[in-house]
Amino acid sequence: MNAETSPILRIESVAKKFGPVVAVDGVSIDVRENEFFALLGPSGCGKTTLLRMLAGFETPNAGRILLDGRDISPLPPEKRPLNLMFQSYALFPHMTVRQNLSYGLEMERLDKAEIRRRVDETMATTDLTQFADRKPEQLSGGQKQRVALARALVKRPKVLLLDEPLGALDKKLREKMQLELKRMQNEVGITFIIVTHDQEEALVMADRMAILKDGRLLQCGSPEEIYEAPADRFVANFIGVMNFIDGQVAEDGVFEAEGLRLALVNARPGPATLATRPENIAVGAPGERLAGTIADIAYHGLDRVLHVKTPATPVPMQVRVPASGAAYRVGDALSLKIDPARCRLFAGGAVGAGG
Amino acid sequence: MSFNAARPNLLAAPGVAWLVTFMVVPCLLVLSYAFFQRGVWGGIEYTFTLENFARVADPLYARIFLNSARIALTTTAIAILIAYPAAYAIARAPRTRQPILLFFAVLPFWSNYLIRTYAWIVLLNREGLINNLLRSMGYTGEPLSLLYTEAAVITGLVYNYLPFVILAIYSTLSRLNPELMEASRDLGAGPVRTFLRVTLPLSLPGVAAGGVFVFVLSIGNFVTPALLGGGRFQMVGNLVYDQFLTANDWPFGAALGAALIVTMIVLLFVQARATARASGESREAQA
Amino acid sequence: MTGNSATVTVADAPVAGRAGGAAAFRRTLPGRIVLLLVFGFLYLPIAVLVMLSFNDSGLPTAWSGFSTRWYSALLGNSDILRAAWNTLVVAIFATLVSTILGTLLALGMETRRRKSNGLEALAFAPMVIPDIVLAVALLTFFSRLGLTMGLHTIIVSHVVFDLAFVCSVVRARLKHFDFSIVEASRDLGASGWTTFWRVTFPVLLPSIVAGALLAFTLSVDEFIIAFFTAGAGRSSITLPMQIYSMIRFGITPEVNALATIVMGVSATALLISQWLNKEQVR
Repeated sequence: MNAETSPILRIESVAKKFGPVVAVDGVSIDVRENEFFALLGPSGCGKTTLLRMLAGFETPNAGRILLDGRDISPLPPEKRPLNLMFQSYALFPHMTVRQNLSYGLEMERLDKAEIRRRVDETMATTDLTQFADRKPEQLSGGQKQRVALARALVKRPKVLLLDEPLGALDKKLREKMQLELKRMQNEVGITFIIVTHDQEEALVMADRMAILKDGRLLQCGSPEEIYEAPADRFVANFIGVMNFIDGQVAEDGVFEAEGLRLALVNARPGPATLATRPENIAVGAPGERLAGTIADIAYHGLDRVLHVKTPATPVPMQVRVPASGAAYRVGDALSLKIDPARCRLFAGGAVGAGG
Repeated sequence: MSFNAARPNLLAAPGVAWLVTFMVVPCLLVLSYAFFQRGVWGGIEYTFTLENFARVADPLYARIFLNSARIALTTTAIAILIAYPAAYAIARAPRTRQPILLFFAVLPFWSNYLIRTYAWIVLLNREGLINNLLRSMGYTGEPLSLLYTEAAVITGLVYNYLPFVILAIYSTLSRLNPELMEASRDLGAGPVRTFLRVTLPLSLPGVAAGGVFVFVLSIGNFVTPALLGGGRFQMVGNLVYDQFLTANDWPFGAALGAALIVTMIVLLFVQARATARASGESREAQA
Repeated sequence: MTGNSATVTVADAPVAGRAGGAAAFRRTLPGRIVLLLVFGFLYLPIAVLVMLSFNDSGLPTAWSGFSTRWYSALLGNSDILRAAWNTLVVAIFATLVSTILGTLLALGMETRRRKSNGLEALAFAPMVIPDIVLAVALLTFFSRLGLTMGLHTIIVSHVVFDLAFVCSVVRARLKHFDFSIVEASRDLGASGWTTFWRVTFPVLLPSIVAGALLAFTLSVDEFIIAFFTAGAGRSSITLPMQIYSMIRFGITPEVNALATIVMGVSATALLISQWLNKEQVR
C-alpha cells in the first residue's frame, strides 16, 4: 500500500439494524486523506446512521470502521479522533462561544495557555473573535453554524463529520457557506465527510461522493463521474435532471421506442431504458428524429428549458436551449436529436415515469 | 369569537374579578391586620402598631421559624436527592414508556394529602407495620417510637412532595436536546464529565423550581407536623393555625402569614433569576 | 390542601428527542433499580392502606381474611354520608363556576397581544400561595364582611385555586392552538359566534373537560381552606375534614376503607383527565 491510495477512513461492510428495520445494509466506502467527501441520499437512506456510527453514537451490527488502519468501532465517541458538527449545532447554551470552543480542549487536559492560544486562533479563522463572550442565544443562525464548526475544528480531528451542516440556513446564506466550507477545508487540510440530501450541495462541494438508498451504497465517485455515468436509474434521476425513454434494443443494436430509432454501439438486445440529460438534446426542424410539441417553457436566466411532449415518453421531455437562441412558443412542433454518445442505457423494462 | 383588541380583556374580566375579590383583597386585608393591636378579648383593636412584626422576630417565635426552615430545607434536600435519579431514569427510558412512568410518578401527588399522610401513621405507629415487621424478624425489644418524631415529619413531607420534584426535574431533562450530550461525548468528555458539565448545569432550573416549591409548602405546612409530629413539632403553619383558631390573636397570625408570603416571594424571585441565568438568557437576547 | 400547588400538569411532558437518539445511553440497570425503589416508596404506603381496608380484623397486626365489612360500616355512618354529600355539593359547584371562569380567563390571556406580567402573576399566585395563608385570609375576609360561613363560602374559596388550574390546563392547549383556523373560518363566511362554537370550542373541549376533572379532584381533596371557611357547626363538614378528625383519634378500619374509596375516585378522575389531555395533543 502506498500513501497515495491508502484511505484515511475505511468503512468495511458495515450494517446496522434497528429492530426489524435495516438502516445500513453492508456499506463499504473508502475515504481518502484531505478529501471533501459527501454522503448523499434521500431521507431515510441510512446516511445519518452511517455518520453516527463513524462518530460512535451507534454500534454497527456487522463490519468494521478503520481509521488509519485501526478498527475504531469498539471505541466510545469520546475516544475517537473524529469530531461531529451536529445538525442542530448542539451548542452548549450555558457556555459562551469561548467556553464552547475550549470545552473539547479541556477534555484533552491541555494547559490553559495552550487552550487559549488554539481557541483564539480558531476564532480568528472562523471570524468569531468579536463574539467570544456571547452566549449561543445571542447569535444569528450563520454565527451559530460557524461556532459549531469551530468547536469541532479546534480539536484538530483526523476527520470532521458534518451532519446536514447547512440545512437550517436560507438559500442565499447556504450558497455562500458552501464555498466557505470548501475554502475552510482547503485551509485546515482536514478530511471532511458531509451528510446531505441536497444533490446540488454535494455536487458543488464534494471531491467525491457516495449515493445511498434504503441503506445500500448505489454508487461512489467524483461528481463528474456520477453525473456523466450514473450507475442506475435511481442515481441518474437523483443527480441532476434526466429524461427517460422506455424502449427495446433490437438485434442490430438499434434502440427503438415509439417514434424514435437510435443506433447505439455495444447495446445488448432486450428491453431497455434510454437516459439522456436535457443539455444533450438538440432541437431541429420537424421531420428529423423524435417529433414533439412544446407543452411548457421555463425561463432560467441563461437558458430555457422546454418541456416537450413526445410519443416516446409518458411525461414531457426536458430540453435545455440557450435563452438567446430561437424564440419558442407553447404548441410549437419540433423534433429532438439525441446524441447517442451522451446517453446511458439501462437494461430492463419500463420502471414507470421518471424512474 | 373573533380575537380583536378589546375582547381578551372582556374574556379575562370575570376570572380576574374573582381572583381580585377572593384572593388579593383578603390577602391585603389580613396583611393590614398585622399592623393593628389585638383586642383584650380577641378581636381587633384598630390602633397602628409594629409590635406583631417585632414578635415574629422574638427568639421564641424566631426559633420556630428557623426550626421550620431547617425541617423544610432537610426535606427539600432529601426530596431532590431522591427525585433527581428518578427523573433522570424516566428521561432515559424509551420515549414511548416515559409518559406512563411519569404519570404513575405523579399520580399520588393528586390523591388526598391527608390520606397520604395517614398512610405513614399506619406504617410508623407502635402497633404499625414497620414495628410488626421488625417483631416478625425476631426483634423482641420495646416497639420503636417512629411516629411523632422529626424524622417522621420529614419523611411525610418528602413523601408528599416527591412527585412534584420528579416532575419538575424531568420536564427540564426531557427538554434538553440529546445532541448536547452527544456533542460533549464527541468532544472527548466521558459519561461522568458530560453529566457534570452539561446535563447537570442545564437541569438546574428544574431542580430549583422543584426545590423552591417543596421548601415553600413544607415551611408553611400544618397538616403533616400536626399528624406525624403529634403537635410536638411546632412549625410556622401550626403557629398561624393556633393564632387564628385557638389563641385568637389574629394580628399576630397575620404577621406570621405575611412573613411566610415574603419568604415565598423572595424564593420565587431568586429562582426566576437563577433560571434565567442558567439558560443563558439576557436582555440583549430578548431584544 | 397543598395538592393545589403544582404548576405543571402531566400532559406538559416531553417534546424533544429524535428517533434512534441516545440509544447507547438508554435502559441501564441502575435506572431500573432507581425506578423500582422510588415507585416502591411512592406506592407501598398506599398499597398497605388499601390492603388493610379489606382486612377482616381491621388491624395492621395480622391478616384475618378478606372482608368488605368496613365498607358496609361506612354506609351506616351518617356523619360520613353527610360529609360525602357536602363534599360532592362543594366540588360540583366549585367545578362549574371555575371551569367557566378559568376557560374564559385562559382565552383572554392567550389572545392578548402583549403578555401582561400582572395578569400572569395573578393567575399563577393561587397555585403557589401557601394554603394556610389563603385560608386565614379568606377567614378574615368573610368574618370582616360579617358573612355566615358554610358550604357557600367553601365553594367561593375553592373556585379561587380551581379556576387557576383550569386556566393553566386550557392555556396549555391554546399554546398549541393554531389561530389561523379561526381566521380561516371567518374567511369561509362564519360569524364570530359560529366560529367559536364550530371551531374554537370543539378543539378546546377536551382540555376544558380535563381542567374540570382536575378542579373536581382538587375540590374533593381540599382540606385546609375548607376547614377555615366552613364556619362553626357540623352541618358544613366536608369529607377531608371528617377524615382529619377521624385520623386525629388514631387508626380506625373505617378510615382505611374511606381512604381507599376517595383515592379510587381521584385516580379515576385523573386517569380520564390525563387521557383527554393525551387525545388532544395528538
